[in-house]
Amino acid sequence: MCVVCFTPDRGLCHCSPMATTIAQFENVGLRYGTGAETLSDVSFSLDGGGFYFLTGPSGAGKTSLLKLLYLALRPSRGLIRLFDEDVVTLPRDRLPGFRRRIGVVFQDFRLVPHLSAFDNIALPLRVAGVDESELATPVNEMLAWVGLSDRASARPATLSGGEQQRVAIARAVIGRPEILIADEPTGNVDPEMAARLLHLFDALNKLGTTLVVATHDIHLLSRVSTAQMMRLEGGRLSDPTGALRHPPREPRVGRSGKPAK
Amino acid sequence: MIPPFAASPAERRLLTEGRLSGPMPWIIAIMMFLTVLAAAGGLALNHAASNVTGSIAQRITVQIVEANPDLREAQTRAAMAALSEMDGVTEVVRVSDEEIDALIEPWIGAAGDEEGIPVPTMIDAALTEEAHDDLARVEAEVIDVAPAARVDDHAQFLAPLAGLIGSLTWLAFALVVLTAGALAAAVILAVRAALNTHRSTIEVLHLMGATDVQIARLFQRRIALDALFGGLIGFLVAVIVLLLLGQRIGAVGSELLGSATLPLFAWAILALLPFAGAAVSTLVARYTVIGVLRKLL
Repeated sequence: MCVVCFTPDRGLCHCSPMATTIAQFENVGLRYGTGAETLSDVSFSLDGGGFYFLTGPSGAGKTSLLKLLYLALRPSRGLIRLFDEDVVTLPRDRLPGFRRRIGVVFQDFRLVPHLSAFDNIALPLRVAGVDESELATPVNEMLAWVGLSDRASARPATLSGGEQQRVAIARAVIGRPEILIADEPTGNVDPEMAARLLHLFDALNKLGTTLVVATHDIHLLSRVSTAQMMRLEGGRLSDPTGALRHPPREPRVGRSGKPAK
Repeated sequence: MIPPFAASPAERRLLTEGRLSGPMPWIIAIMMFLTVLAAAGGLALNHAASNVTGSIAQRITVQIVEANPDLREAQTRAAMAALSEMDGVTEVVRVSDEEIDALIEPWIGAAGDEEGIPVPTMIDAALTEEAHDDLARVEAEVIDVAPAARVDDHAQFLAPLAGLIGSLTWLAFALVVLTAGALAAAVILAVRAALNTHRSTIEVLHLMGATDVQIARLFQRRIALDALFGGLIGFLVAVIVLLLLGQRIGAVGSELLGSATLPLFAWAILALLPFAGAAVSTLVARYTVIGVLRKLL
């Protein structure tokens, strides 16, 4: 069921499967090469339309977990279901279709250096085969949404860190992903910009996008009242109840994938 | 809809062009130069072989080796008559005394004209393929009327030369195949280097849901343009060299060398080589990129 229309004037609704499980991890383990497991026995589920913070110390496995979520890696063991499909055994040629339903804001932004802000934001639409004549309106809308209308033709090297961050967010969002994953999005920006980015994420979440934000910033957690928290330590989910949230509220993320009581 | 081998204008911007700045077009130009020369050599030799075999195939020379001039003349007439009436003989020409004198003059000077030195008479005959295959019957019938006759099969005494030309032709075509292989290897190296250079952009595109074919299109277009540019440069330089070489061969005046010219169809084949090179490069680039990407998730 379509819950929120992202751009209702053009009839493009952002469908958010509220209260349905959009992603599920069961006993997931990840090992790079022959080393020790980076992630061990990770189990949780994400509800469609939810806002989730993923926190934990450096080296806890946050980025690895996000990579599994945005299909950059397959787990060494366990089950991962995304959009009601087992993506561990999904044939490789079906992965692009799934990836187009996921938006990613990388920690280092990963903007294409020789492309303008406009072209960077347009990338997902071009990858999806949207006609050139239909690009300008949504891209300009996104530029306006992140407050960069006057920087459309600027290349990443000429943008500030905050501006690059916003281009990265606009790029991740323009394809109307069902899940938006952000890896340390506030790691390189000042507190004011961090608050602004969080406001953007919150607005997106209200539009129905499921958000998963990895962060070190404990203060960030308190700014989104509806957010749930997952804490990784040593490759294991150590705080599935969300007790570290400020203020604490009834958690929706549990080891079993069901709401904790 | 974008065809599978073409990138849209927007897609082309996803990678920096950088065309003609690297060594790739020049490597391809050198490869194409060598390929065109080798192919031209092969085609010219093939043409020469056709000329040689065409002019000697199914032809025989009958020599009447008889010291007595009267007997020699009688047997010559008898052999000519027999050949003219024989099935499968399409042409019978007696080689004139002047032509024979000219042939032997480099060896014995004008002595052939003098009395006492017997010079055989010669008859040139053209046979059908069937008659040439049954040369023993032809020879027997000639000897039957002219016992002093000796039948020489042109194909037999020019066979070693034809064999040599054939071997050189195959060698030339083998060189073409080798240079094509070297070209493909150069393209693979260039594509791998380009993949490394653009690894970050490719990963981003990949994670946005770009398919392997979409990413491959970006590279194959760049390589195709490099290959076409380099190929045309190499082709033009090779053509200049071939034309100059043709002039030198013409100046030598050798009938055998002169027969190794390039007919029109050979020039057409050579002109297609730069485009064939671009096509091969495009395919190699496409499958190299797809092969590398398949190692990613």
